[in-house]
Amino acid sequence: MDDTVLFSLRLSFQVAVIATFFVAVAGICIAYILSKADFRGKELLDILFTLPLVLPPTVVGYYLIILFGRNGYVGRYLHEFTGWSLMFTWYGAALASFVVALPLMIKTTRASFESIDKSLVDASYTLGHSEFRTVLKVVLPLSKKGIVAGIVLSFARALGEFGATLMVAGNIPGKTNTMTLTIYSMANSGEWTKANVLVLFFTFASGAFLYIANRFSKRMV
Amino acid sequence: MGLSVRLRKQVDRFLLDVSWEIENELAVLFGHSGAGKSMTLQLIAGLMKPEEGFISSNGNTLYDSSGKVNLQPQRRSMGYVFQDRILFPHMTVAENIAYGLKSPTKPAAEKKVKEMIRLFHLEGLGHRYPREISGGQKQRVTLARALIGKPDALLLDEPFSALDNVLRVEMRQLLRDIRHQFDVPIVLVTHDLLEAYTMADKVILYSGGQVARVGHPSEIFNNSSNPEVDFFLALNFPLLVAHTP
Repeated sequence: MDDTVLFSLRLSFQVAVIATFFVAVAGICIAYILSKADFRGKELLDILFTLPLVLPPTVVGYYLIILFGRNGYVGRYLHEFTGWSLMFTWYGAALASFVVALPLMIKTTRASFESIDKSLVDASYTLGHSEFRTVLKVVLPLSKKGIVAGIVLSFARALGEFGATLMVAGNIPGKTNTMTLTIYSMANSGEWTKANVLVLFFTFASGAFLYIANRFSKRMV
Repeated sequence: MGLSVRLRKQVDRFLLDVSWEIENELAVLFGHSGAGKSMTLQLIAGLMKPEEGFISSNGNTLYDSSGKVNLQPQRRSMGYVFQDRILFPHMTVAENIAYGLKSPTKPAAEKKVKEMIRLFHLEGLGHRYPREISGGQKQRVTLARALIGKPDALLLDEPFSALDNVLRVEMRQLLRDIRHQFDVPIVLVTHDLLEAYTMADKVILYSGGQVARVGHPSEIFNNSSNPEVDFFLALNFPLLVAHTP
């Protein structure tokens, strides 16, 4: 395999691992809040976090540029204070993957949180344990399978991110060209043999992820 | 000492409005389904919030609507045993019991767990998971778990209703045996007449969200002088009334 392929492979995994880590942490917290009590704006929050699942990736990318671009609402201050911007870096690619994969994590985790018998949580409270300890000792262990399924699905989604990544991180060879972007470039320039390798790799890897996710969610009783 | 309860709670069209007091004795909340018995336990444990009322246990105020006191369930020290034998499925029997302690990992905890396993006849089951033990054993584990932390009161929500007759008799006997080791008020919710009759020091008769009568089981069931109670008993428990001399 040549350097471009190896680089994009490595970069894709780096981006997906980092994105999935933050997706898992944020997803578990958000899913817990959404699964718990009713509060004003809960539905709105749910819709907001689910939107990236249904929006075209270019639209998600567009929003990210508006927020984190050098003149964006957040990016402006980031640039002002650090002289640094997420745009056209692999961090940008990780951010795009994070936003797109987060809904999958929230949906899967929330479903498994909500399937826990409320009496188990109440029992923990009456036994004198705080909400935090109850989450740690009862809610999370009982949702383990849903959480793992969510992480696997999010990782697969993060690895396959294309549209939003292209808009935020660009397709800079040796810098931000993840696997999906490299396949796009190769198809454009007619390098079919190399593209075949990556495409086949992707197909098998995604199939494997789905298999793992299915196994975990099936046992999620 | 004891448990003092005054509660008012409206849920849809049902109004619970009760007031009673017990000492360190076994009180049976008796009445048919939907009379507000289980709800009373949930309110005492802090799993629901009343609109108005006052709850004190062992001299501590747990809830007081006028003084704006509302302790969280964690701080009420109520041993609560749920109707459907709720055990943590991912913990062993020993871990379930130890979870009733604030710090279940300390060395002292192990000794306490052993003691509870002995007291509740669970020897040899410590390493089993809830799915590997019988219904009666499960209910003994929930009792042990509720009592290991030395609660100020014990709330039992139809704890034996899902068990078969033989087990039910055994469990009642076990409860009688352990009562003297844990000298706390016990509130037992049931709609089983025999259970109420044989277990109670005091019966609190619930009807439609209100306390219809309070007294010793024999007073309540044998010599009712209150026409309303008679009517209630005749309506709900015709066999009993027919057999009462």
